[in-house]
This record gives sequence, structure tokens and C-alpha cells, in this order.
Amino acid sequence: MKQAYSIFTLVRNALSYHQDWQEAWRSPEPKREYDVLIIGGGGHGLATAYYLAKEHGITNVAVLEKGWLGGGNTGRNTTIVRSNYLWDESAHLYEHSLKLFEGLSQDLNYNVMFSQRGLMNLCHTEHDMQATRRRVYAIQMNGIDSEMLTREQVQEMVPILDCSPKARYPVLGASLQRRGGVARHDAVAWGLARKADERGVDIIQNCEVTGFDIVNGVVKGVQTTRGAIGAKKIGIVVAGHSGVMAGLAGFRLPVESHPLQALVSEPIKPILNTVVMSPQVHVYVSQSDKGELVLGAGIDAFTSYAQAGSPPVIENQLNALTDLYPCFSRLRMLRQWGGIVDTCPDASPIIGKTPVENLFINCGWGTGGFKATPGSGNVFAHTIARGEPHPLAVPFALERFTTGYLIDEHGAAGVAH
Amino acid sequence: MFVINCPYCGPRDEHEFGYGHEAHIARPTLEQQGTMSDAEWANYLFLRTNTKGVHFERWVHTKGCRRWFNVARHTVTHEILKVYKMGEPKPDISAENLPR
Repeated sequence: MKQAYSIFTLVRNALSYHQDWQEAWRSPEPKREYDVLIIGGGGHGLATAYYLAKEHGITNVAVLEKGWLGGGNTGRNTTIVRSNYLWDESAHLYEHSLKLFEGLSQDLNYNVMFSQRGLMNLCHTEHDMQATRRRVYAIQMNGIDSEMLTREQVQEMVPILDCSPKARYPVLGASLQRRGGVARHDAVAWGLARKADERGVDIIQNCEVTGFDIVNGVVKGVQTTRGAIGAKKIGIVVAGHSGVMAGLAGFRLPVESHPLQALVSEPIKPILNTVVMSPQVHVYVSQSDKGELVLGAGIDAFTSYAQAGSPPVIENQLNALTDLYPCFSRLRMLRQWGGIVDTCPDASPIIGKTPVENLFINCGWGTGGFKATPGSGNVFAHTIARGEPHPLAVPFALERFTTGYLIDEHGAAGVAH
Repeated sequence: MFVINCPYCGPRDEHEFGYGHEAHIARPTLEQQGTMSDAEWANYLFLRTNTKGVHFERWVHTKGCRRWFNVARHTVTHEILKVYKMGEPKPDISAENLPR
């Protein structure tokens, strides 16, 4: 049993100079065989393992991570959480995740610093206003909070935004999801890992999958850099490397991997208390608790596995930033990085079965996976445990690319996150 | 960031170019289209190799001559190994025989 994190444990450990903290998770040697193997120790993989143990009683589970826990996109994103999606299928899935986020700190006994500070999508043209209004109404019809703001309301909430009629990108209004916000991405991974470990899940880091053992179309286990590991069922949750894993298992996916860049500024005093996205001029910004501005934009156009993008993307994003917020023009940027995201043609994820029996996949989250972390793990755990997709995951099956039932979220998802 | 050697204009900065994704995906002929299954359509329209290694892809010199061509590029190092014209066969370059 893990010792519960609380003010009392903090005080007790302070008395022993913080030398006696219990380890958050073990680092066991891999067993020869498991009931379920999860490939990928990012947020989605850890959430899958956690919910397998918590909700389905499957605890003979290992999470295989080729690097270190949460060291991929989980630690590289801009931490935005929202559920303001246009189509019913996406709205229900992302709302499921947002609701789990709302109780996650209590559930995990780990402060994931989920801050529902509101999330705004700016409109710069009359067409923007119409499309956004349509989306807001669709979201409201699904019972999810969303509202339109006038230019004056936007200016009141974000005084530093250039809302003047002479602005390079005039602001006509915005949509607002008050329950949207940000969470501490590392804490999500660490909290999930700690609780999954408590329930018996083996988290095995520095263990790269190099091949699948497939007999007559049924997966029996994997080859790894730490030896062969057998499993009754296997889930692939590897984001940018989904295509590589699928290749090892002998099938192809409708995904392409691209770099997605983000950057943070030097820390400044509190100046922005909400998340502001501009899908049209393409920059999104929030301020972290440390005071840094966290900035993101779109993917680099080319296929890449390099975890680094090209400067023109950054330049466009910073041009947009300084046009919208003139007061940021003299800010210095501290760090810039790239992650590899697996993008789908319809900007929606793939959750479900693969052509190989007992091999499941959860991928294609593209540029917006962080917000879905608990929801994705929750429905994927159900899908693996039952062998049938969770009702929320049914529309996101790989077959949709054959049936043509695409969930085209480019309007809500493909442009900005 | 990389420089692409346009076969028509010479070496130019990457930002002058547009990306055309995977190359050598043959559009089905009219006869094939009449008999293709949904799975074959999915294969043509959506499924991609998404190579980690040498990737064969199309680029267009949008801010230059506006002509299309093919590029063999390594998706980890971004090194461009070969630029060749549309319609030419896929060159024999694989990750294994790359000069180190």
C-alpha cells in the first residue's frame, strides 16, 4: 500500500529531511508473461493500465516504455484541456475525459494541478463568428458548457489583447469554455503511474519493443530490448511511433507523424489568467504557474520522427503572438522543443482493434492528445478488457477509413490546440 | 530546417516549398475504380507507410517555379538523399545502405 500524500505526510517527511519518502513506483524486472501488455509509458498508456486495474480488475499488466516515463509527448505538450468539439462523437469522448480530469487529483491522491481557468477561441472575421457560433450551439446541444463572447467581453477578460479596430487581426468575438483549462502534464503521468503501480501494474522503463510474436494472426507476445515477453492481449499506445509499431505487426495505419513545436517564455508576473487560442492566426497561449507563457501552434508540414521542427513555424507563431498581444513583443523565449504527433486524415483518434487478433491500438490523437489522457485510457482499458470497443470508442474504430464514416474535426481540432 | 535542391531552380530554403506527402501512390485507373473494394479505396486514400528512415515524398516549389518533384529524405535526420523528377522510379536507397 502506498502512503497517502497529504499535509501530514509532508510534515512527517520534512522532519526526516525528506530522506524517507516512499518510491512512487517500483522498477521491476519484466516477468515472462502478462495478461495485458501496454506498449508506451506516456499518459495514455499509463491511464490505460490504471483503469485496467481499477475498473476491470486486471492487475497482471505491464507498461513497456522505451525511454523514461512520460518523456515523450506527455512531457512536451502545452497542457490544454477542453471538450469544445463540433461532432457528437468527439464531444462525448472529450467530455468524458474532461469529467475524469475534474476528479483526477482526488482519484489519484496526486495534485495534477488541474486549473479550469477557461479557454477562449478568438474570431477574427465574420465567417469565423458564424462557424464558431454554429460550433457553440452544437456543443451546447450535447450538454457541454460553451458560450459566445462579444468583443467587449473578450477585452474585459483579456485586457492585454489588442481588440482595437485598427488591429492587424481584429477581434470580433470569441467562444468560451469556462470548464476548459490546463493541468500539470508531468503530474498526470506520475500520478497515474503511482496508482497503477499500487494496484500491481509493472512499469518497465528502458524497454523498447523490437518485434511482435504473431501466430496464425493472433498476437502472443513481444520481443524487447529486455527479452521476450508473452501476453494474452497487447495494447499499442505509442503516439508518434504508431506507424512503426504497426509496421512491426505487419499492417499499415492512416497516420502520418509530424513534428509539433512549442515554446515557453521567460517567467513574468501574472498577466493572463485564461487560455486564449486563435485558430485563424494560429497561436495559442496560456501562462503557467511559474509565470512562463506557454505557446503552441501547428505542425510542421513534413513527415518526421526528429522531435525538432523548422524555424518558420516558430516565426509565424511569434508574429501572430506579437500582433495579438503587442505587450509581449520584448519577451524573451526560454525554451523551444518538438514532439512527434501521429495525425489522422480526419484529425480524430483511432481506438480499437487491429487486423491482428488480441492486438489493440490507441493512436492518431495528433496535436491534441493531452486533454484526452484519462478518457482515452478509460475507454481503451474497457476495449482491451472486454475485447469489444467501449460505446464511446465505437465510432473511432480503424474501420471508419474503410466505411467512410470519418469524424472530420479539422475545424475544431486540426487547426489549433 | 533544410535546404531543398529544386531540380529546376537550384538550392532554396525549405520555407519556399510545399509538402505533398508520400510519393509513388498510383491513382487507380478508371477500370480499377469500377471494381475496387472499400478496403482497396481505404488503402489508396488513407493508409500510408509513414516511414521512420528514408521516406519518398513529393514537394512543390510554391514560392518559386511552382513545379512538383520527388525527394528521398531521412525522417530522423532530415537529410535529403536524392531529388528526382516526377514520373521517375523510386531510387534504390534504404536505411541499411546509407553512408554513415
